[in-house]
Amino acid sequence: MEASFQDRSAALRPSMGKAAVSALLPPAVVIGLAALLHFVIGPAIGYFYAKVLTDVGIAVVMAVSLNLVNGYTGQFSIGHAAFMTVGGYAAGSVVYYGHYLIWGSLQQQGGFLGPSTLLYVVALLVGGLAAALAGFVVGLPSLRLRGDYLAIVTLGFGEIVRVLVTRTNDVLFDADEIAAASPVTLLTSVGGSLGFTGLPFLTNLFWVWVAAGAVILFSYRLKRSDQGRALLSIREDEIAAEAMGIPTTRFKVQAFVYAAFFAGIAGGLFAHEVGTTLNPQELGFQKSFEVVIMVVLGGMGSVTGTTIAAAALVILPEALRSFSDYRMIAYALTLILVMLLRPQGLMGLREVWEIPAVRKLLRSGR
Amino acid sequence: MLRLNDLHVHYGAVHALQGVELEVNQGEIVTLIGSNGAGKSTTLRAISGMLRPSRGTIDFEGKPIAGLAPHVVVGLGIAHSPEGRGVFANLTVEENLQVGAYTRSDKAGIAEDMKKVYGLFPRLEERRRQLAGTLSGGEQQMLAMGRALLARPRLLLLDEPSLGLAPQIVKVIFQIIRDINALGTTILLVEQNAHKALEVANRGYVIEVGKIVLADDAKVLAASDEVRKAYLGG
Amino acid sequence: MTKFLQTLMDGTAVGSLYALIALGYTMVYGILRFINFAHSDVFMLGAWFSYEVAKIMGWTGQDQSHPVWASAFVIVAVMVACGTLGFVIERGAYRPLRSAPRINVLITAIGVSLFLENSGQLPFLLGTQPQRMPTLMPEHALFAVAGVSVRAVDLLVIGISFALMALLEWIIYGTKLGLAMRAVSYDTKVAALMGIPVDRVISMTFVVGSALAAAAGFLYATKYPGINQPAHPTWVLLGLKAFVAAVVGGIGNLRGAMAGGLMIGLVELFGAAYLSPHLRDVYVFTLLILVLLFRPEGLLGKATIEKV
Repeated sequence: MEASFQDRSAALRPSMGKAAVSALLPPAVVIGLAALLHFVIGPAIGYFYAKVLTDVGIAVVMAVSLNLVNGYTGQFSIGHAAFMTVGGYAAGSVVYYGHYLIWGSLQQQGGFLGPSTLLYVVALLVGGLAAALAGFVVGLPSLRLRGDYLAIVTLGFGEIVRVLVTRTNDVLFDADEIAAASPVTLLTSVGGSLGFTGLPFLTNLFWVWVAAGAVILFSYRLKRSDQGRALLSIREDEIAAEAMGIPTTRFKVQAFVYAAFFAGIAGGLFAHEVGTTLNPQELGFQKSFEVVIMVVLGGMGSVTGTTIAAAALVILPEALRSFSDYRMIAYALTLILVMLLRPQGLMGLREVWEIPAVRKLLRSGR
Repeated sequence: MLRLNDLHVHYGAVHALQGVELEVNQGEIVTLIGSNGAGKSTTLRAISGMLRPSRGTIDFEGKPIAGLAPHVVVGLGIAHSPEGRGVFANLTVEENLQVGAYTRSDKAGIAEDMKKVYGLFPRLEERRRQLAGTLSGGEQQMLAMGRALLARPRLLLLDEPSLGLAPQIVKVIFQIIRDINALGTTILLVEQNAHKALEVANRGYVIEVGKIVLADDAKVLAASDEVRKAYLGG
Repeated sequence: MTKFLQTLMDGTAVGSLYALIALGYTMVYGILRFINFAHSDVFMLGAWFSYEVAKIMGWTGQDQSHPVWASAFVIVAVMVACGTLGFVIERGAYRPLRSAPRINVLITAIGVSLFLENSGQLPFLLGTQPQRMPTLMPEHALFAVAGVSVRAVDLLVIGISFALMALLEWIIYGTKLGLAMRAVSYDTKVAALMGIPVDRVISMTFVVGSALAAAAGFLYATKYPGINQPAHPTWVLLGLKAFVAAVVGGIGNLRGAMAGGLMIGLVELFGAAYLSPHLRDVYVFTLLILVLLFRPEGLLGKATIEKV
């Protein structure tokens, strides 16, 4: 019986070649688009707009990753910026002190894909992992408890991180001193409340959008997987999900750790961006709230909805700079109105192509 | 005294009551029997205002009360002792009784009724300072009924008072239902224990999937083949 | 010894303010089961309204030339104002969501919070400049115990906080309204069946909680006269610590909120005095995480199973 079932399912499966194409095509498309943005579109639109596009990309990484927690599992984290901070500082120390320790100076080595960039990519991953570890430590105790405790713990964790960062020492900039210092000294010399200054500007449109593409693909695939459906079932009814044999705590913690990982990467991207300084004030709970608003407006559970909302909420304030007094008020009112009138967010669980009107359009186009 | 006319209730897409017709006269004990999910509790909830009927009327002493808020209905003289008893476990026995008298402000009358309830349920008086959560199931049922009486209702709605209680206690509870009625309170009793319910009631209704299928004197119902087969275990 | 007593007094003063704010969080949580994020803003507005009321009455300046009853007038005025505000917030933003998932209410609460902070900062309202609270209470040292000079303002902060807590205790355990609140917090549906006008009771809960937060705002501004701009993160942080107090004491439990508030105040100030003054917030949130790990129901709370 079993063997015949396997035979049949093997017959239904696409051939190896096709499977490889369908697995590799999306990442290839992401890398291609990111390269297009970096080499063609970026230079064409000029510095200011390229910076806006970079900010959009980082916001997308933040919002889509938070959507894994707040959207998929229905938990409520409002300390996402804390993981960004952890990742940013981890990545920043690797890049900054790594340059000194390996090459003796901050001088950038090589160009696009050169040694400096390599170190930077490693640093981004280190930042992601550090944030993921922090996510595990924070998530495990609070996700066992009633849902809204997570909110308060994440917020509290964010504050602890912020305060601890402000207590760090000044950044070192003497190569000999750095070479002689212990790792602990280096990790605690990240600038305090003034911020981690002097980080090389290695972030560009390419890496930002590779990261954004990665989190979008990851989220979308997760949503369509068994585990994704399990996560959504936790959101709909945790007790029923538990009764169906879903290890709810484990899955919630996993989703939380994934989200923290990507937030950590976003932190690394942010740390090395031109025109930003990694400092504790920048990444307080205001930042976390902004990300929450993106997820809520976009539709809790919708990857494309979150992406669109993140982009809109970065671009609109730039466009409406002269109304900045009213910007946060408008955010707040929008949030309240959406909850009153459209509690599932603008797009709910749906993706763009699942909206009836868009569907019709797609069909008629064929 | 109470008249339900063509009463319909929907829970979302579920059509729980499909035109219930029912009448309770002054001084009676009327019972509504039926199986699980037939609409017994729903009927009581519609009367006490917890559910808004989608169609039909509920008249109490000649006044339409369908759709009124629960606290308004209580003020009019209908008290509802809900299924599962619903005592406030975080309050003492005495405080539970005070909550029952929430709509009243005649202190002397409340004290008098409190005494009456303690007379009916001496066990409650012994435990008046205890938290209700520490009472046994039977005592909680007594408390729920006593609490409803403190609203000084002219009509008392009792939902499954015997649910989950030992046979000894069930006997006591039904005796008290008789006593309450003898003191002048009209009672609409919902029960799964059809046997006991038909014993104390004057008249009975049988409800099946949201419709009244039989209505008669309690004795006639208890003797009827249909009821015996379906609800009295042969 | 002097340092210890001084810290004890400051910790008690700050702690009693946390307790006042924590009561509002815990009462709302007890009935509606959500964290009212806007509560810290009501507290903030309590402080700001105190300043504005004093200004309107012409009591500016730090020379203590104001009538003795000025404090009493201001505190009553801001309690009424914030009580009304609490009523409006509940009516406008939370009541329409009575049957919505809790997460929606939580998000709405954040929306209300952001709205209050940022509209408060509009130039024609409170503005973005910090202000200095005029001195309405006598600040001089009354007497000294073991080298600690006891200031009148500290005694008043502690005294008024405890008086208000006693008042609340009486409302909850000694009045019909309190009985109704306790019944509603246990079971809203049955409470309605008993004739309790549930919506009105919930409104009153917000009014009472907001009035207490307003009083805390006034006392805070009196003790620490530099009033930060409305959207300054310190306000949210103070509110957050008060919420931590409620959780530490056992959320939904009034006496727990009072005990938790005092505890948080003492932990914070003793940590600041004896460990490092810069890590005050870290002590508080570490305490929170420890309590959640080892006694999630809080110090005075009962273990509850989430209702199915």
